[in-house]
Amino acid sequence: MPAAIGTKLVTKRFGDERARTIAGYEATGGYAMLKKALAMKPDDITAEVKASNLRGRGGAGFATGVKWGFVPKDAKQVHLVCNADESEPGTCKDRLLVYWDPHLLIEGMIISAHALRAVHNYIYIRGEMMREYVVLAKAVEDAYAKGYLGKNILGTGIECHITVHRGAGAYICGEETALLNSLEGLRGQPRLKPPFPAVKGLFGNPTIVNNVETLMNVPFIVDKGGAWFNELGMGRSGGTRIVCVSGHVNKQGVFELPMGITFRQIIDDVCGGVWKGRKVKAVIPGGVSMPPLDEHELDVPCEFDALMTDERIKPVMVRPGQQFDLGGGRALRSMAGSGGIVVMDDQTDIPKATWRIMKFFAHESCGQCTPCREGTGWLEKVSRRVAAGQDHAKEGDLELLASIAHGIAGNTICALGDAAAWPMLGFLTKFRGDFELKIRRKAA
Amino acid sequence: MTASHVPTMFRNVLMSLEFSAEAQKKIAALCERYPDSATKQPVVLAALHLAQKEHGYLSDDAMRLVAKTLDLPYAHVYGVATFYTMFRLKAGIQPTGSTIRMCTNISCMLRGGYEVLEAFENKLGLKRGESNGKFQLVEEECIAACEFAPCALVGTKYFHDLTPEKVGEVIAELERDPHPEAEVV
Repeated sequence: MPAAIGTKLVTKRFGDERARTIAGYEATGGYAMLKKALAMKPDDITAEVKASNLRGRGGAGFATGVKWGFVPKDAKQVHLVCNADESEPGTCKDRLLVYWDPHLLIEGMIISAHALRAVHNYIYIRGEMMREYVVLAKAVEDAYAKGYLGKNILGTGIECHITVHRGAGAYICGEETALLNSLEGLRGQPRLKPPFPAVKGLFGNPTIVNNVETLMNVPFIVDKGGAWFNELGMGRSGGTRIVCVSGHVNKQGVFELPMGITFRQIIDDVCGGVWKGRKVKAVIPGGVSMPPLDEHELDVPCEFDALMTDERIKPVMVRPGQQFDLGGGRALRSMAGSGGIVVMDDQTDIPKATWRIMKFFAHESCGQCTPCREGTGWLEKVSRRVAAGQDHAKEGDLELLASIAHGIAGNTICALGDAAAWPMLGFLTKFRGDFELKIRRKAA
Repeated sequence: MTASHVPTMFRNVLMSLEFSAEAQKKIAALCERYPDSATKQPVVLAALHLAQKEHGYLSDDAMRLVAKTLDLPYAHVYGVATFYTMFRLKAGIQPTGSTIRMCTNISCMLRGGYEVLEAFENKLGLKRGESNGKFQLVEEECIAACEFAPCALVGTKYFHDLTPEKVGEVIAELERDPHPEAEVV
């Protein structure tokens, strides 16, 4: 049964200032689930997480239990790394989760580390999150003082350490292999996969990288069971869904909602509708890397599989008549990504919004792969002159943009290239008239 | 040609900078946190943050200090320092000044982020990317505070739901009560 609106797991302590202290956290049931988990066999915890259908909340939506299962059984040293490098435009949940409930993250990490038999674990927090770094560093210190972390946690003989590692400004470090390089003190440039981090990650050891929200859900799975968590969700996606809604709505915010809720319900019922009495034009469903939805595609549930496969969402095209191929003829529709929903009203200048997204990717490309380094720069330049319209845009610019984007997609080490190409093609597919108008005005 | 005319990176002189005792202690403690690393390299970001805090910016000498402290090649430290946007390679803002990181990314742009950034430029008399002793103005990519867009981040403080009209108040508040980033390191 899907969760009712109002069912709160990871956001239940939002607004409660006491919960940030270890005493306040314990007083509201904190660290009780850890005690239960430490009495369980590691493999039993992994089995519960598998049964829960918990999926990664950072962007890819990969099944967490399956990922944990990739760690070789004979591994001598395993690491768990929490990805708190939230920087996908439109996404603002992890920052709040860390700020309001740092001990739930620590508890989730210790339980997960126990399941993975990981000893030295790290939280990679984005450099700009200074307020949250202070909160988290204090929480970790307090957890050590109380014996939840250390060489012999709660007298069980289990050793578990967490170190908060602060970044210094680079979107790309949210990519898990770039994050590992940054942890190792290198430039944050992604690694080729395979080998995947679960086999060869931090310092060459098997490493699991999980998002903040993902790890914070683990204590609830231990508490109430994987089956319960799975029931709360929809299809192959267990649990609740946090969305961050921003842009042209009456009430922006971060909301924990049932997995199956539709975009229209989110905009109208949760966020009080579009501002100034206007209508929706476009919705970015999960951070700017994901192709946008138009006003006719809003009755799709905000769930991982639905956004990828629901046929009510039109496929992204390379050019009119040619569908973008994700491989094996699979259509690219959209993805749930990081839960960052950006709503644009019917007066939005779509080419200008597209340019701003391309400017972001051109700024954040790490420079390692030529298609991305050069391509994102060209996407920014050409989309800028298209957005400027009239004397600036040139005939053939839309075809040029599509061709550059198509040349980047699938040809880079990490997903940042795709993350720039997909929304470019997505906006061109669904709002072609807006772009053509910019160019046609010149002719007129 | 006297020594002072030679760019520092080519000068074969002992560097003059040191870390404070407190910073040295922090770095030593951090080096213990990565037992699986064969080198002290994982501490380089933290050491660069500390060097920037204590010496204002990452001068050539400050980067050499980090290299020496962590037994790393200078070139490696330089490569890292130039990759991350929070590291400043030029003198500008004082360590006690406020860095205003104004977001103009999509969520903020849709609600007037660029107009707020322009208001900051006009009030401060600084272009984006510039600094004086007291303020540094940065056009920032998404600061993950979209629920209050348009939003600016100054050290540990977030300024919510900004409009060009509110910019004067923000600057006045920061004049009274700066939120330097160096405070956090």
